[in-house]
Amino acid sequence: MTWFDSPADVATRLDASGYLTDPATATTTFLAGALEKPLLLEGPAGVGKTELAKAVSRATGAELVRLQCYEGLDEARALYEWNYKKQLLAIQAYGAQPQRGTATTVDGNHQPQPWNDLDHSIFTDEFLLTRPLLTAIRREAQTVLLIDEVDKTDIEVEGLLLEVLSDFQVTIPELGTVAATRRPFVVLTSNASRELSEALKRRCLYLHLDYPDAKREREILHKQVPGLDDRIAEQLVATVGRLRDLELKKAPSIAESVDWARTLIALEIRDLDEVAIAETLGAVLKHQSDHQRAVKELKLGRS
Amino acid sequence: MATEQSGLLDRHLAFVEALRGAGLSVSLAEDLDSVAALSALHWTDRDTVRAAFAATMVKKQSQRTTFDSLFDVYFPAMVGEGARAVGEESPGESGAVQDNAAALRSLRDRLAEALEAPQPDEPELRRMAAEMVGVFGSMPGRGPGLSSWSAYTALQRVSPQELVDRLVQALMAQGADEDEATRTANRRIGFFTAMVEDDARRRIAEEKGPDHVAEVAVRPSIDQLAFMAARRSDLEEMRKEIFPLARRLATRLAKEHHAKRRGPLDFRRTVRASIATGGVPITTHHRPKRPHRTDLVVLCDVSGSVANFAQFTLLFVFALREVFQSMRAFTFIDHVHEVTPYFRPGADPVTVLADLAASTSHAALWGRTNYGRAFTKFEEQHMDALGPKTTLLILGDARSNYSDLHEETLRSLAGSVKQAFWLNPEHERNWGTGDSAVPAYGEIVRMIECRNLTQLSEFVHDLAW
Repeated sequence: MTWFDSPADVATRLDASGYLTDPATATTTFLAGALEKPLLLEGPAGVGKTELAKAVSRATGAELVRLQCYEGLDEARALYEWNYKKQLLAIQAYGAQPQRGTATTVDGNHQPQPWNDLDHSIFTDEFLLTRPLLTAIRREAQTVLLIDEVDKTDIEVEGLLLEVLSDFQVTIPELGTVAATRRPFVVLTSNASRELSEALKRRCLYLHLDYPDAKREREILHKQVPGLDDRIAEQLVATVGRLRDLELKKAPSIAESVDWARTLIALEIRDLDEVAIAETLGAVLKHQSDHQRAVKELKLGRS
Repeated sequence: MATEQSGLLDRHLAFVEALRGAGLSVSLAEDLDSVAALSALHWTDRDTVRAAFAATMVKKQSQRTTFDSLFDVYFPAMVGEGARAVGEESPGESGAVQDNAAALRSLRDRLAEALEAPQPDEPELRRMAAEMVGVFGSMPGRGPGLSSWSAYTALQRVSPQELVDRLVQALMAQGADEDEATRTANRRIGFFTAMVEDDARRRIAEEKGPDHVAEVAVRPSIDQLAFMAARRSDLEEMRKEIFPLARRLATRLAKEHHAKRRGPLDFRRTVRASIATGGVPITTHHRPKRPHRTDLVVLCDVSGSVANFAQFTLLFVFALREVFQSMRAFTFIDHVHEVTPYFRPGADPVTVLADLAASTSHAALWGRTNYGRAFTKFEEQHMDALGPKTTLLILGDARSNYSDLHEETLRSLAGSVKQAFWLNPEHERNWGTGDSAVPAYGEIVRMIECRNLTQLSEFVHDLAW
C-alpha cells in the first residue's frame, strides 16, 4: 500500500490535517512515500520540521514513533536493550528449582543441557526491551518514524542509523536479523548544527524548509490561530517579514509568528500599531541585542 | 539499443556531470534515486521536476543556488524568445523588436509598472527579463554561432537601478514608509537583475551548449565564493552566514573537546559508581581535563583591497570568543589602532561593523598600505599584547606598495609569541606578483591561503585546538 497518490494528494491531505505545504514540500513528501526512502529535513528552528512528520502521521492514520536524539544517545536507548534485571531474576528462579540448576553441576553430572536451555530462554522476545527504532521496524501497521534533531547525536549513532535506514532491518546477535514487514515512513530532522555524514545523507531525500512567503504564512496563521482578524494577520506577517530582513541573531520563525498572534488575541489587541509592537515584541525576539536592533530599525522608540 | 533515443538520458547525465563539476558530490546512488523519483512523478510541471532533482541530489542548502542555476541552464523554462507573443502588445509583432529609444522607453515603463505592483507577477517579470536580454543584450557575431548575449550590456542599457527612485515613490504612494519602500524597491530590482542574468545564461547555453555555460558562468555557492570577488549582495549574504557558521564551529569544537576529554582517573567517583555494580568498577570516571585555550592577537590590514576579508575574519573570530582565552584586535593601514573595545559581548554585528569602518581613519596617516611601518608601530606601542602563550594572527594580502618591509621587526614579533600565522585572501598563484611581499614575509611567518568561508572556518577550527 502506498502512502500518497500524488504530490497534489499530499497537499490536500496534509492541509486537511492542519499542515500547509508548498509545492516542493508536497513533492518531496510524496517521493519519500513512493520511493520508500527516509526524508531528511533541515532548516532553521521553528519552521515546522517536526510538525511535518506529525502531520503525515495524522493524515495517513499511521502511528508516530519518535526518537528524540541527544548527545550521548546510544544503541541501548535507540535500538533495543536486554532486560537484564528480568534475566537475572529468571536465572535465580531457575537455580532455585530443586534437581536442576546449580545442584546438578556441583554434583559433577555432565549435563550441559540445563545451561543451554537457560541461554535460549533468557534471550527471547520476552526479555527484549524494544526502543523506538526497533519498535518502528517491528510494527505491522503503518508507522511514521520520526528521528528528531539527528544532528545532536554523536557520529557513532549515525553509523547505527545506516543499517536501519537503508535496509530497514536490525541485527540482534542473539536473535538474528529483524527485517521490517512494512517499511515505515521515516522523517529525520536536523538544525544543521553539524554536518551530517555523506553516508547518511546519501540514503535520504533532502528537503530544506525555510521561512514561508507572506501569503502562505498568513494562511498558516489563520489555520493555527482561529479567530485572528484578517487585517491584524496581514500587519503581523508584514512586521515579521521586516524583522527577518534585519540581521538578527535569531530571526523569528513560524512558531514565533503563531505565538505572537496568540499573544495579540489574548491581550485583545485589535490593531498592531507601534505601541502594540513594542509591548509584545518579547513574543518574537529572544535576544536583547535583537530587541534593541528591532526597536531601532522599526523606529519604535519615538512613540 | 535499437529504440529511438530521446536524448533525455544524455541531457540528464550531462546535468549530473555538471553538478559534480561544480563541487556537488552526486553519487551513483543519488543519480539512480533521481531517475526513480522522476518515474514516480508527472513531468507536466517544471517545478515538480526541479523539486524531485533537488530532493535526491542536493544534500546541502548552501549548494542550492549552484543547483538552481545549473538546472536553469540544462532544463531551461523556455527556448529562444519564449512565449512572448501570447496576446501581448509587445512592439515588434514579428519577433524582431528594434533596439531603439522608443523600445527602451516602453520597456522601462512597463518594467516600472510591473515592479510597482503590490504583488509582483513573477512570470511576467521573467518574460520581461527575456525580452530585455533579447533586445538590448544581444551581441551580434560575425557568423552563425558567434553571436552572444550579455546581461551586462542589457543592464547597462535599461539600467533598472535608475528605476529605484520611481519605485520608491510609487510604493510610498501605496502607503509604505520611506525605509520600507527603499528596502522593497532594492529587493525587487535585485530580484529582477538576477532574472536577467539567468536569462542571459539560458540563451548562451542554447547557443553554445550547456556544458560551456556550466563551466564559465555559474557562480560558486556562498561558502566557496572568494572574498575578493564578492559583490555587495554577496557580502550581505556572507555576513548573515557568519554567525550560524561560528555557532556550528563552536558546537563541533565542544564535541571534539568532549570526546577527548579524559583526564586522570577520578578515584572517588569511580569507587562510588562501582557500588551500583556490586563493587566492580565497570565504568571508570575521569577528572575533566583542563581545557587549553589560546590567547589570540589579531593584526589586520583594513585597506580598501582587503577590508572585507579583514572584517569577516574579525567578526568570525569574535563570534567564537568563548573558545579563546582572550582576544585583542588591531587594525592597520600604515598605522596601528586597537579595535578590541568595539567587540563587546553580545554586541550587534551591524553596529560593530559600522564602528569598525568608522575607525579605519585611525589606522591610517597617509592612507597607503605600509606593512613595514605598521609592524614597527605595533612593536613600539603594543608589544605588551604579545607573550609566550599568544598566537599572533596577521590578516592581509601582503601588498605593501614597494615600501620598506622591515622583516626584522616581523621576525622579532613572531619570535616573541607561541605561534604566528598569516592569512592571505589572495589565490596562491598570485602570491609574489607585483608588490606582493609574500616571499619575504612568508619565510618568517607561515602564510595560509584563505579565500572563502570554508577555508576560514577550517583554519579557525585548527587554531582553536
